[in-house]
Amino acid sequence: MNKKIIATTSLAGCFGCHMSILDIDERILDLIELVEFDKSPIDDIKKFTQPVDIGIIEGGCCNSENIETLKYFRENCNILVSLGECAIMGGLPALRNGIPIEECLREAYLDGPTVQLNTEQIIPAHEELPMILDKVYPCHEIVKIDYFLPGCPPRADLIWNALYALITGNKMELPYEVIKFD
Amino acid sequence: MSNQIKIVIDGQEIITERGKTIVEVARENNIFIPTLCFFEGAEKKANCRICTIKINNRMMTSCTTPVVDGMEIENNTPELNDIRKSIIELLFVSGNHFCPACEKSGNCELQALAYRYQMMVPRFPYWFPKKQIDASNKKIIKEQNRCIACKRCIKTIFDEKGRRYFAFKNRGQKLEVVLDQVMGKTMSDEIAKKAMENCPVGSILYRETGFEVPIGERKYENEPIGSNLKG
Repeated sequence: MNKKIIATTSLAGCFGCHMSILDIDERILDLIELVEFDKSPIDDIKKFTQPVDIGIIEGGCCNSENIETLKYFRENCNILVSLGECAIMGGLPALRNGIPIEECLREAYLDGPTVQLNTEQIIPAHEELPMILDKVYPCHEIVKIDYFLPGCPPRADLIWNALYALITGNKMELPYEVIKFD
Repeated sequence: MSNQIKIVIDGQEIITERGKTIVEVARENNIFIPTLCFFEGAEKKANCRICTIKINNRMMTSCTTPVVDGMEIENNTPELNDIRKSIIELLFVSGNHFCPACEKSGNCELQALAYRYQMMVPRFPYWFPKKQIDASNKKIIKEQNRCIACKRCIKTIFDEKGRRYFAFKNRGQKLEVVLDQVMGKTMSDEIAKKAMENCPVGSILYRETGFEVPIGERKYENEPIGSNLKG
């Protein structure tokens, strides 16, 4: 069997979901028999080198670069999976969604109790910096997402069961204990 | 006239008595009908609609509909379960339910129902409404982001004179369940804990304790809500 090609990325996430992928423990040896990684922080490949079978997205979209990366993944991946609460509903970064963006930036760079070194009172804004969005968007509100694996982080067993099913074409077995929102 | 009547739930014949509601009869006979705003012993309002069942091809709320002789009820069907799932999804998108940051996670009835119906993602767009947290009280925090307006706190939390601690203001989409500021000042620890317990979500939090039960041992972690009942 040809190896399936997998790509992963972390948008507005904390890399916890990637850590949970590594939590599949010794099954990682089975995984490398079944798949080859393309663009991913795991192998540090920056650009797609071939069409990808399964793209795994961690994190929601909080800035223009997240949107660009997500669209880039959609264009290059057959199947796209939202992994974890942030990709599915924005997660903790989306706690800012009820607060006006100006207020957020002021708190982060000017008025926050831990802001000390910003003596020139600068709020970063430059064409080379990604533009922050009005709110954090779930991935499926930006592009079509095919599968959703909830959890913060998703349980390793959930990731393994779902990935194994997608790779081999078998039915997904998702027992009650593996689907959790926290 | 005999008080005994016969009803049928999903093909199962049940002998019961007049005057009871469908939810009560179902529970007595170990049949699961999901509920959120329903609270045993409290007045029934039918505002969450999660207990929707079908009688004569018509949707009804089982917490307020009394049983009638010969009644045939559809309960555990794919159609009704999908409608119930969609109600849960609506509740999730219409509030700000950040489960990873919630003290009630694992013990939350809304989350447990989402687990039971395998909600992987809501089919509706997220609203991210702007809500204010009321942290003015010394005993509890009223977290409006998570309130599903079931009004269980209004219906079940009283002082010894029968005065209510919670009330609602505004109407329709703007409805908010709030703590009475004057009554709140007299709240005992016992009542504060009971209020947190009676809240199906993490909207009423007893101060200075949290995350007491470790992950893996929480109420709805290993078995779906209603596992002790069938259907």
